[in-house]
Amino acid sequence: MPERIELPDTEWRRVSPKYIVVDVVGYLVTALVIVGAAAVPTVLAGWTWGWWVVGALAAIFLLTIALTPRRVRAIGFQLREDDLLFRRGLMWQRFVSVPYGRMQLVDINRGPVARSVGLSELKFVTAAAATGIVIPGLPEGEADALRDRLVELAESRRAGL
Amino acid sequence: MTDPQPPAAPEPMTSAEPQPAASVQQDAAVHQDAPAQPSAPVSPTAERLSDGEWHRLHPATPLLKGGIAFLAVLGVVIVNLRDVLIEMFISGQRQDDPLLWVWEQGYLPIALAGFAVLLILFMVGFYLSWRFHTFRITDELVEVRSGILFRTHRRGRLDRIQGINIVRPLVARIFGAAKLEVNVAGQDANVQLSYLASGAADDLRREILRLASGVQREAVQQGADAPLATAQPGLIEKRVGEFLAPELDPNEAPPESVVKMNPGRLIGSILLSESTIILVLVLIGIVVFTSITGELFALLGFIPAVIGLAGYTVSRFTKSLRYSIAATPDGVRVGFGLLSVSNETLPPGRIHSLQIWQPLLWRFAGWWTIRVNRASRSTARAAAGQENTTILPVGSRDEAIKVLGLLLPDLGDEQQTEMILRGLEGKGGDDGFVNSPRRAAVLRWFSWRRNGFAIIRGAILLRKGRIWRELVIVPPARMQSVALHQGPIERSLRVASVNVHTVAGPITPRLGAVDAEVAIRFFGEVASEAVHAVSSDRTHRWRSGETPA
Repeated sequence: MPERIELPDTEWRRVSPKYIVVDVVGYLVTALVIVGAAAVPTVLAGWTWGWWVVGALAAIFLLTIALTPRRVRAIGFQLREDDLLFRRGLMWQRFVSVPYGRMQLVDINRGPVARSVGLSELKFVTAAAATGIVIPGLPEGEADALRDRLVELAESRRAGL
Repeated sequence: MTDPQPPAAPEPMTSAEPQPAASVQQDAAVHQDAPAQPSAPVSPTAERLSDGEWHRLHPATPLLKGGIAFLAVLGVVIVNLRDVLIEMFISGQRQDDPLLWVWEQGYLPIALAGFAVLLILFMVGFYLSWRFHTFRITDELVEVRSGILFRTHRRGRLDRIQGINIVRPLVARIFGAAKLEVNVAGQDANVQLSYLASGAADDLRREILRLASGVQREAVQQGADAPLATAQPGLIEKRVGEFLAPELDPNEAPPESVVKMNPGRLIGSILLSESTIILVLVLIGIVVFTSITGELFALLGFIPAVIGLAGYTVSRFTKSLRYSIAATPDGVRVGFGLLSVSNETLPPGRIHSLQIWQPLLWRFAGWWTIRVNRASRSTARAAAGQENTTILPVGSRDEAIKVLGLLLPDLGDEQQTEMILRGLEGKGGDDGFVNSPRRAAVLRWFSWRRNGFAIIRGAILLRKGRIWRELVIVPPARMQSVALHQGPIERSLRVASVNVHTVAGPITPRLGAVDAEVAIRFFGEVASEAVHAVSSDRTHRWRSGETPA
């Protein structure tokens, strides 16, 4: 398998390792719901092949959860001179660059699990829905500082639509 | 309500009608040239309407908006009544008709009184809704207030205008009224002024665009000393003149910048569309089925579909027939419609991405169609009944290039045109585009030779498709962000895909199966190109650089 894509001249800022906990908890809940939904009819109807489906689903979720630390380490961002660079993904890699002037708004969200470990999620919104920059796992203070910095940068490089 | 005028003498835009000069008989042909007043862009009416005060709409608005439906209901009742009478006299049979019942029970006076009350209530309602519907245009904003019980107040920022649409439905056209729709960025974010007097709508649009462009009034009024409409023709002549006037006023744009629809090509394009072919195939299938089995039910079931499709085709045809696109000082004007006409002016820099595309069957004729992504969605439909994102329903290659030049004026020079032509018809190879490597043939079976990109001055070109050829053009000044993707299959082939993000629309500028190394470089180049373009872009106030005279 050839090398993964790596951008030249980049120094990524990584997200907090505590985000692994948040992500794992999220996947566990989803896994419980979906595997449970598959298991209930299997038990009730007594299908033997149903257990194969349940097993396969459980295996997929286990693999996803096992890869979470690496996936979280793959999330990164960098404030460059004129644009924000963001990356995420292991199997499906995604790099996004967005000029600061394109910012329409910045959201800061805190889910229940993230809040319990003191993390926030920052969402950078442009006029294009496809931009999709969501930086999870930022310590609360850092997220607020980053938001203020981004707003300041966007103000200084104000652009039309 | 800041407007102090009494309701009986509102402030309509009927610049010509009530004046005594209306009785002066004039040749209708003279009138055709009169309303444009090319040398006097700021007509007194428009200036009055855009003075920042609150104004009311055309007094016939309630009639045009709701009255037509009311008349239609009345018509249905009368037709129904006639049927009942005919049946009574001819067959002597009586039916359980509510109207008949009313007649027999002697409730007719009560029914008539009720009807009259209803009519009066409607009229009062319409009158009030007209009275409460006001608008104003300032240097920064266009605002509309409406509603009797539930008030709405809508404001649009002038520097966010994405286009101004003037729609004249058939009935409104007969009455000499027009609907002005100011589209600002956003989903369904349009400020509607319906209805205005026809000529006033044109003037007002010019005036709003002038305010939005950021140019000083003095700069425009240069040469505005030409006399205004020399004489007012009679009311009937005026209407007839408006009705028969060419879709695009010849004074509005220089003739060499105009692209018009060729009727033969329009018919051909409809016949050669994929839906027509499918229809023909289905028809053949059904005829074969019927002749083999002798059953007619399949044929019967097909009739509604044929009627529907025929209706669609006819409306598509009549709408596109008088299509025209032309350059005006404040942007591109796209007009269409035979009976109900509509035309929209798009200021410069409002095209977020553009796609020149060729359905397979059009290839033999060499026709292309142009679609765009825009930041606003108008409620009005464009030519061919399509979304108003289709700018050129069908055109030859030269016309497509010409329209492209109008939409993105930065792409005018020979070198750029050469690249765009290669983007349209190039077979691939070493032609200035960076194409997919041979190993990408797994992902792009036929098109890998041609599947590529190029960055030229003022545009990013994405060339795709061997069978359904298309070229996507994104001006870096409008692009929002850029992304580089790689999935597991792409990784094993050492390729990647690049997405250029623009506002939502029919086009998704995406190029897959690019060599991974090249894609990384392309990503970097597009990102820096975007940064430069953003910092030098001035199109939100497109004429602000012009110095006042």
